[in-house]
Amino acid sequence: MTNKIRLGTAWLGGCSGCHMSFLDLDERLLELAAAADLVYSPIADLKEFPEGVDVALVEGAVANIDHVELAKKIRERSKIVVSFGDCAVTGNVTILRNRFGVDDLLTMVYREGPGKAPLGHEADGIIPYLLPKVLPLHQVISVDAYVPGCPPSADRIWAAVTALLRGEKVSLEEELITFG
Amino acid sequence: MTRTVMIDPVTRIEGHAKISIHLDDAGKVADARFHVTEFRGFEKFCVGRSFWEMPGITARICGICPVSHLMASAKAGDAILGVQIPPTAEKLRRMMNWGQIIQSHALSFFHLSSPDLIMGMDSDPAQRNIMGLIQQDPELARKGIRLRQFGQEVIRTLGGKSIHPAWTVPGGVREPLTAEKREKIATMLPERFDLIETALDLVYNAHETFANEIGNYGDFPSLFAGLVGPDGELEHYNGLLRVVNSEGKRVEDGIAPEKYREIIGEAVEPWSYLKFPYYKPLGYANGAGMYRVGPLARLNVCDFAGTRRANRALHEFRRLMKLDKPVSGTFYYHYARLIEILFCLEKIEDTIQDPDILNTHVRSQANVNKLVGIGVSEAPRGTLYHEYHIDEHGIIKEANLIIATGQNNLAMNKTVRQIAEAYVDGNNLTEGMLNRVEHGIRMYDPCLSCSTHAVGQMPMHVQLLSPDGEVLDEKIRG
Ligand code: SF4
Repeated sequence: MTNKIRLGTAWLGGCSGCHMSFLDLDERLLELAAAADLVYSPIADLKEFPEGVDVALVEGAVANIDHVELAKKIRERSKIVVSFGDCAVTGNVTILRNRFGVDDLLTMVYREGPGKAPLGHEADGIIPYLLPKVLPLHQVISVDAYVPGCPPSADRIWAAVTALLRGEKVSLEEELITFG
Repeated sequence: MTRTVMIDPVTRIEGHAKISIHLDDAGKVADARFHVTEFRGFEKFCVGRSFWEMPGITARICGICPVSHLMASAKAGDAILGVQIPPTAEKLRRMMNWGQIIQSHALSFFHLSSPDLIMGMDSDPAQRNIMGLIQQDPELARKGIRLRQFGQEVIRTLGGKSIHPAWTVPGGVREPLTAEKREKIATMLPERFDLIETALDLVYNAHETFANEIGNYGDFPSLFAGLVGPDGELEHYNGLLRVVNSEGKRVEDGIAPEKYREIIGEAVEPWSYLKFPYYKPLGYANGAGMYRVGPLARLNVCDFAGTRRANRALHEFRRLMKLDKPVSGTFYYHYARLIEILFCLEKIEDTIQDPDILNTHVRSQANVNKLVGIGVSEAPRGTLYHEYHIDEHGIIKEANLIIATGQNNLAMNKTVRQIAEAYVDGNNLTEGMLNRVEHGIRMYDPCLSCSTHAVGQMPMHVQLLSPDGEVLDEKIRG
C-alpha cells in the first residue's frame, strides 16, 4: 500500500479529451489502480493539489490566472510533471485565441442578450482573470516529460505511465511522438 | 452574520466550475450560484477559418462529446454546400452519434456519478471516485468501463480514433464501413445488452436508497426542449424542435431547427462565463423561460422511443409522471441516460444489419452554394446548435454556437439552490453536504469545456460571503 505511486492529473485550458483518452485505458485502469493512488484529478474529489505527488499529468494550456496558480502548485508538489497532450505541449487549439485581445473576445462572445457580461479581468475571486496570451505549460513551469497528441492515444499514455511507474524515464518510440 | 461557502473546484464533472452558497444571519441558505470559470473564445477565433476546417476545430471544444460537434459542424457544412448527403453516410453518422451517446452516458453514470450512488454521498472523498470504486467493487467498475468502451470502440472503428476522429466532413463521411468492421461491432453487442441491465438495476436501487433526496435534488417544474423525429419518436441526429411546458402541453412543435433563434434567447451574467439561454416567448426575468435539455428532456418530449426494448423502458419510466406532467425530478436524468443507452444499442444493432450500410458512396461533392449554414443535433447533454456565416470562399465571418449544457444553466442554478436549502446547514458545515450540492451538478452531466466553448471550464470551492460580498469563510474540500 505504502509503496504505491501517488498519481495526480490536472486539467487546465483544454477540452478534457486527454483525460478521456486516459479513461480509454479501459481495463488497464484496474492494473493502474493496483499500482497507483489517484490523489488528485478532475475525476476525483480532493479539491487541493496535495503534497508529495510522484507523477502529475497536466492537460491543457495555461489560459487564466487559476491555471497559473495550479501549475505552480503542481510543480512545487510533484516529482515528475508531464506535459500531457498537444494543448499543454504547444498550446494547440486553446492558443488560437491569441490573435485577439481579451476584451475583444469577451465583447464579441457576450455582446448580445440581456444582462451584464463577465469582465474577464477583474479579480472578483470567482471568475478568474484571463491571461492576455495563452501559454504552453513549459513556458510557465519546468516540465520533465512531453506526451504529445490530440489527444495522445491510450496506448501512448500507457507507454508513458508504465515507464513512470517503473521509475524509468519516458522515452516514447518514434511513432508515438506525433502531434494531432 | 451572512457568509458564502465556495465549492471550488466542482469535481467529477466535465469542466471547471465553482459553486457559491450564500448564508443568512441564522446560517440558513439564502442563495446559491453555479459559476463556470473557463473562457476559450471559440466563436471568435473561428472567424477567418474555412468552414471545411470547422469540424476538426470545434471537436476540440470538448473531448467528451467531440462527435456532437463533428455532427453539428458537418451538418452546417452540408447546408453550406446545399447537398443531401448519401443515405449511407447519414446512417454511418447516426451510428457514430449513438456510439458517442453510449460512451458519454456510461462515463457520466459509472465513472463520475456512481461513486456517489454506490459509496454514498457522505463517503470518504479520497475514495469516492472511479479508482476508489475499482478498489471497492472491481467487477462492477469493470462493467462500467466495458460499457463505455463499446461506445468509444464504435467511434474508433468508424473514424479511426475514439476522440476527435477526422471522419465527418461537409457532404458526408470520409470512409465507408467494411464487412469486417461491421462484424467487429456486432460481436461486441450482446455483452453490452447485459451490462445495461446491470446498470438499470443500479439505478432502481438508487431510487430506493435516495428516495428522500429525489424530491430535493432539483425537482421543480420547467419547460423541456429537444428534437423529435417525424412521427414524434426519440431522435438524436435530425428532427424537429419540440418544447413542452411543465404541464406537459406542447408550446412549440415541428419547428425547423434552423429557426432556433425565434425561440431561444441568450442572457449573460457577470458571475459566470456560461451564458444563460432561455425560451424567448416567456422571457428571461425570474427564470420564466427556464428550460431543460438532455436525456430527461428528450424522454419528456418524445411520444415513443422507437425500438422494442427502449419503448418498454420508456413506458416504465413514464410511471414516474404525476398527473400526466413531465417527469420533473433532475435525479431521473441518471435513469433517462440509461434508457437512452439501451435505445442506442438497439439502434446500432438494427443499423448494422441494414444491407445498405456497406455502400461505399458516402460523400457528396459540392462547393459553396449558400452563405449561411446551421447544423443542429442532439448531443448527449442536449440540443447543440452551430451556425456559420461565410463569404463566397467559405471563410467564416461569424459563428454562433449554442451548447447543450448552457441551456441547462438556469436549471442547474436552481437545482444547486434547492439542494443547498435542503441539506446545507451553515452552522455545521460538512463535506458530505457540499458533495450533495455538487451531485446536483453531476446529474446534468454538464460538459463545461463545451459550454464554455465560448466560455470556460469548471472547478469547486465554497465561500461564505457577507451581504456586502466580503469572504467570511471558505471551504475547499479535501
Ligand atoms: S490536446 Fe487535444 S484532446 Fe487534449 S485537451 Fe487539447 S484539444 Fe483536447
